Amino acid sequence: MRYSALRILLEGIRGHTGWKPVWRDPAPQPDYDYIIVGGGGHGLATAHYLAKIYKKARIAVLEKGWIGGGNVGRNTTIIRSNYLLDGNEPLYEFALKLWEGLEQDLNYNAMVSQRGILNLCHSDAQRDAFRRRGNAMILNGADAELLDQHQVREMAPFLDFENARFPIKGGLLQRRGGTVRHDAVAWGYARSAYSHGVDIIQNCEVTGFKIEKGLVKGVETSRGYIGAKKVGVAVAGSSSRVMAMAGLHLPIESHVLQAFVSEGLKPLIPGVITFGAGHFYISQSDKGGLVFGGDIDGYNSYAQRGNLPVVEDVLEGGMALMPMIGRARLLRMWGGLMDMSMDGSPFIDKTPIEGLYFNGGWCYGGFKATPASGYAFAHLLATDAPHETATELRLDRFRAGAMIDEKGAGAQPNLH
Amino acid sequence: MIINHPLLGPRDAQEFVYLGDASLIDRPDASGETALDDFHDYLYLRDNPAGSHKELWFHEQGDRSWLVVTRDTRTHEITHVELAFEYAKRRGRDK
Repeated sequence: MRYSALRILLEGIRGHTGWKPVWRDPAPQPDYDYIIVGGGGHGLATAHYLAKIYKKARIAVLEKGWIGGGNVGRNTTIIRSNYLLDGNEPLYEFALKLWEGLEQDLNYNAMVSQRGILNLCHSDAQRDAFRRRGNAMILNGADAELLDQHQVREMAPFLDFENARFPIKGGLLQRRGGTVRHDAVAWGYARSAYSHGVDIIQNCEVTGFKIEKGLVKGVETSRGYIGAKKVGVAVAGSSSRVMAMAGLHLPIESHVLQAFVSEGLKPLIPGVITFGAGHFYISQSDKGGLVFGGDIDGYNSYAQRGNLPVVEDVLEGGMALMPMIGRARLLRMWGGLMDMSMDGSPFIDKTPIEGLYFNGGWCYGGFKATPASGYAFAHLLATDAPHETATELRLDRFRAGAMIDEKGAGAQPNLH
Repeated sequence: MIINHPLLGPRDAQEFVYLGDASLIDRPDASGETALDDFHDYLYLRDNPAGSHKELWFHEQGDRSWLVVTRDTRTHEITHVELAFEYAKRRGRDK
């Protein structure tokens, strides 16, 4: 069923009796050509592009819980492509271009809102770094504008410009950045993948891989054995656990990242704003809640909940940036599991096991990359060659000395 | 989280800095034939278990000792804390 304004009108007249479930709940077939492990944003996007762009058939997405129940439902919904390094920026800019056409591609309202992302700077050195980053973005086809303090004041007069320790000197603005309704991304991709013949199998946990002579044959699941010619794993947060079942040891630690939402307020924050002195980023949802977050907790965790010191740190960052939010009440907070890689950049690559492919290590930047990650992973699965925007996201880049370390922090996952 | 420091008693985890998996104590032999591979694995690869995890914490805002903390990564429950040098000695390191 194609969605349109006319359809809504017709269904309104008919008392909304004509809406149908948008994907069925199939029993797994004995074998598939392609199995995607993980029914999150990246896995569903992979299935969508594999079926729609690369014209592959006999595809299944296996999800241990319900689709969209992991990190795609737990993030702060920000999209942007303001990276510095050549290994990263083309992929994120590709993602941003796909976001711009996503709703037409999927025929689904994902509420893509390019309300802009503003990174604030608080010193001359930081402005220099932003100028360099902005130029790198422009060289990769993205948009970037360097704002002075006056221009930032016009956009966001409520910020604490005269903060004694961290006065706001200006900012780097990417107008094409913004926010997207995260759940709709998972649902939109699932609906589209299903309409292109993909089986979306929920409550089906992968419990092992069948590997013979270095070649993957299929997966053991909680719903029985399923054969496959190619298996792609996109389970960021739990990558180490899943890939360990195939005997692989990854350059990844799992960490917990917390996010927060306040009570609903009148329109207040024009776009996404990030604090350059601490780690704090904030936007306002269409319902009015202030959505914000900060650093990861900093130690290995699979708990999907964090601890209070980071809550305090995030809120201190918020108060330093915009003291007015001290009057808003916090409504909810939650945690999600991050694949923190050794250089802070992701992986989309083959593995030493033939027919087994890996997508993970997204640190806490996975949501914005969802369309490009799915596209590039589908390209890799379909053609056995990396997509042109993902040639450097290799699993062996540490051995080769080709790290993509945006922060220059070294092999210390909790610092990325 | 509260870390029960072997010398100082229960301390708030905020006083500590986290380094990572205690396998970092087992530094490979730099003169071995497989040193290149060993150091790659030592520096970049992690077990990253969901469950009991031995890890290094540094008491930066305290007595500046290194601790090996055994903690469950699913619940954050800490089951054992010892001084890193004692742990290292037991594993055959001389310091």
